[in-house]
Amino acid sequence: MSAPLLETRNLIRRFGGLVATGDVSLSVLPGETHALIGPNGAGKTTLIAQLQGELPPSSGQIFFHGQDITALPSHRRALMGLARSFQITSVLPDFTALENVRLAVQARQGHSFRFWRQAGADRPLNAEAAEALERCGLADRLHVLAGLLSHGERRQLELAMALAMRPALLLLDEPMAGMGKQDGIRMTRLLAELKSDYAMLLVEHDMEAVFSLADRLSVLVQGRLIATGSVEEIRANPAVQAAYLGHG
Amino acid sequence: MADLAPTPNRRDWFAILLLLAVLAVVPPIAEAVGQPFAIKVASRVVVFAIAAVGLNLVLGFGGMVSLLHAGLFGVGGYVIGILAWHDFNGEALHLGPIAYAGTGNLLISLPLAVLVSAGAAALMGVVSLRTNGAYFIMITLAFNQMLYYLGVALQKYGGEDGLQIQGDLSLAGLDPSKRLVYFYVSLAALAVVMVLVQRLVGSRFGMVLRATAQNERRVKALGIPPTRYRLTAFALSGGIAGLAGALMASGQQFISPADMSWVRSGDLVVMCVLGGLTTVWGPVLGAALFLLLELGLSSLTNAWQLPFGLIVIGMAVWLHDGLIGAIRRWVQS
Repeated sequence: MSAPLLETRNLIRRFGGLVATGDVSLSVLPGETHALIGPNGAGKTTLIAQLQGELPPSSGQIFFHGQDITALPSHRRALMGLARSFQITSVLPDFTALENVRLAVQARQGHSFRFWRQAGADRPLNAEAAEALERCGLADRLHVLAGLLSHGERRQLELAMALAMRPALLLLDEPMAGMGKQDGIRMTRLLAELKSDYAMLLVEHDMEAVFSLADRLSVLVQGRLIATGSVEEIRANPAVQAAYLGHG
Repeated sequence: MADLAPTPNRRDWFAILLLLAVLAVVPPIAEAVGQPFAIKVASRVVVFAIAAVGLNLVLGFGGMVSLLHAGLFGVGGYVIGILAWHDFNGEALHLGPIAYAGTGNLLISLPLAVLVSAGAAALMGVVSLRTNGAYFIMITLAFNQMLYYLGVALQKYGGEDGLQIQGDLSLAGLDPSKRLVYFYVSLAALAVVMVLVQRLVGSRFGMVLRATAQNERRVKALGIPPTRYRLTAFALSGGIAGLAGALMASGQQFISPADMSWVRSGDLVVMCVLGGLTTVWGPVLGAALFLLLELGLSSLTNAWQLPFGLIVIGMAVWLHDGLIGAIRRWVQS
């Protein structure tokens, strides 16, 4: 077995008396699509926020590429290849789709202390951003303000921004949240395409999508990891059935 | 491949040129109709337009409501005044180990004024930018008042009464106390500032600044640490405000703490809002409207603030994005 790409060791996060993340040790292997499932309020987004660096853990460690990143700020983690798409769509509403993604490309290319040359006239920069948008099915929406895109399109834009970061690991927090059935199917197809190129940690409630995409699953209940395994193992696990899938 | 044309901003460049052209013909027209006083008014509009364009870099594009900019305006003015004072009185200015004889040469003191006010903005920005929203407004307000009372405390330089510049100032052989020199030098400065800021907001730096105003959390998640960009913008903005103050002090041969009061900072914010926050040139319109209204209404009544306030309220309620919004709708219809 190869060394994990991302690993948490005994990660704990408390909010006052509430334990949102309770001693979680989780690993994502290179190239793996790892789904994180659990009922509402299980602490999935809290865990993602700690991985991305937005929220410091109370104790425990996070390793990425074998390096301890527990104390690194989120922008440094992003530059190391950790890209998060947010559960609640978080795009820049006054920028066009292209400008949104361009910012992600720009971030990867080093500092932005460039004051004169127009970003809009920088052909390689724009071309790379457009490519990520095309991959996510937004080729004909480049110059539409992100605030005017439909909900489904904004989710696609989120993903395009993450891809433009050329990440080693995608942290996808409910990429299908709030989507209609058609959009959901399109997104699942898109993720299936991306699966071969990126490692992913996927938080999702749509079980059909999860079971079709994931190589391994981890189940989080009340902040604790109660099981990790293949789709079959998780389906057969009685503790998971009791806690989450229901009997049946 | 889809169309990759950059966002069109030809209209903005056209507006900038048009505004500069309109301002440039004010003096000949004013003299032709025998109203030289109008040149003085136009100079005031231009100087405040510079400060407002500078403020709008952080206010409109960076989402930071600063009430510090009158203070920075005053810092620029005092640099000109203090250097001229030392030059005139033949007494060296001692700053720690450095002794400087002072100067009335604006080719030296104008750049120094910009540097000192940008430096002051950077220092205060380091503290202010640790906060957001209402706290940011309060901290910049507090810093503004510190600068104001510093001006009052400078007894040697006139204290509360302000500093009258007695020696001769010169800018490459030109005398800035002459009406036309003051006007056209200020207009040239406004042109340079508008061109630089217009380029800046479309550059990579500008994209980061504008993105930070919309969603700072997103910017961090993309791998960009926002604070250093906001701080740089704040310092640049402060330098521009300082330039405006330095020009005013040179033209009027006078600077006083009254120019630094927090009410003046508020006026600058109102100018930006009246003109519109989403373009570089909007605040120029705002400054013109603000100062002309002030002048017009105060000649009609002593209680001019009352109709003035009602007009500002009306514009805020009915004109989305200030005068720019109104113009945009008019052009489109």
